[in-house]
Amino acid sequence: MTTVRVYVTLKPSLLDSAGRTVAGALQKLGYEELEEARIGKMIELKLKDYSETRVKEMCEKLLANPVIEDYRIEEVKEAVGA
Amino acid sequence: MKVAVLRFPGSNCDQDALYSLRDDVGIGADYVWYEDTSLEGFDAVFIPGGFSFGDYLRCGAMASRAPIMAEVQRFAAGGRPIIGACNGFQILCEAGLLPGALLLNESQKFVCKQVFLKAENRTSIWTQNVDKIIEIPIAHGEGRYICDEATLKELEDSERIAFRYVDSVGNATPRANPNGSIENIAGVLNVKGNVLGLMPHPERATKSILGSTDGMTILKSLALVGAGL
Repeated sequence: MTTVRVYVTLKPSLLDSAGRTVAGALQKLGYEELEEARIGKMIELKLKDYSETRVKEMCEKLLANPVIEDYRIEEVKEAVGA
Repeated sequence: MKVAVLRFPGSNCDQDALYSLRDDVGIGADYVWYEDTSLEGFDAVFIPGGFSFGDYLRCGAMASRAPIMAEVQRFAAGGRPIIGACNGFQILCEAGLLPGALLLNESQKFVCKQVFLKAENRTSIWTQNVDKIIEIPIAHGEGRYICDEATLKELEDSERIAFRYVDSVGNATPRANPNGSIENIAGVLNVKGNVLGLMPHPERATKSILGSTDGMTILKSLALVGAGL
């Protein structure tokens, strides 16, 4: 079993109105150093057999919309003895 | 003329669509389940609003890949009339039948109100009868239309911007834009002009008791196409 995390984020050129609201809230809490917050999604996949090609396919077919989003795939390394 | 009103898990404007088509436009309409694989016997498609598949992942993402959509793609390619309102618009964009995408409103709020629309294209089957500024309702949280610069130029040059949000006298002002859509865009057409997606709900403006009958200027196109006009 392999665990893979897919991170889907709005393209940097697009306004993330939810992220902007979160940034505003953090700034009001006193975190003046904050310049921007952007919200994305993390989708964890558990796979019997991991093939990067097939996970890319999943991203392109459904998980991400190339018109508005970018995606990144990350294989989760299980801690030894965990 | 018989219209297929698609139903996905989470569609909630399907009854409004069916009854407005049958009772107000006066044409045939029936529901078609998303797992069906045939549109035999139908001449047009209405993809209604709602929250298909809970709006999980992205609005319209899962619905756009449902079994019935292969048939919708064939209808689109064959030049048959297809309209998607609200979630239906999102589904058509996700299916690649229309360019661009719909994002969370700039205000982050769900907006439910009457808006004024101006038909920027007057030649497509869907917009040819919209001869005035029309007033119909919107009800959405994710209706901010976006597309890249090249697509926007292409839409403008080929007169495929179907509707813009305007004020009562027809000006596309920032104030008249309810969701932050690029260039006040409320609806777009495909290249052939037979596929229309729009965030406003024409099916909710088909009798005076609903506050407006302006939705008929769009929907009656189906009756005219059916009559060969």
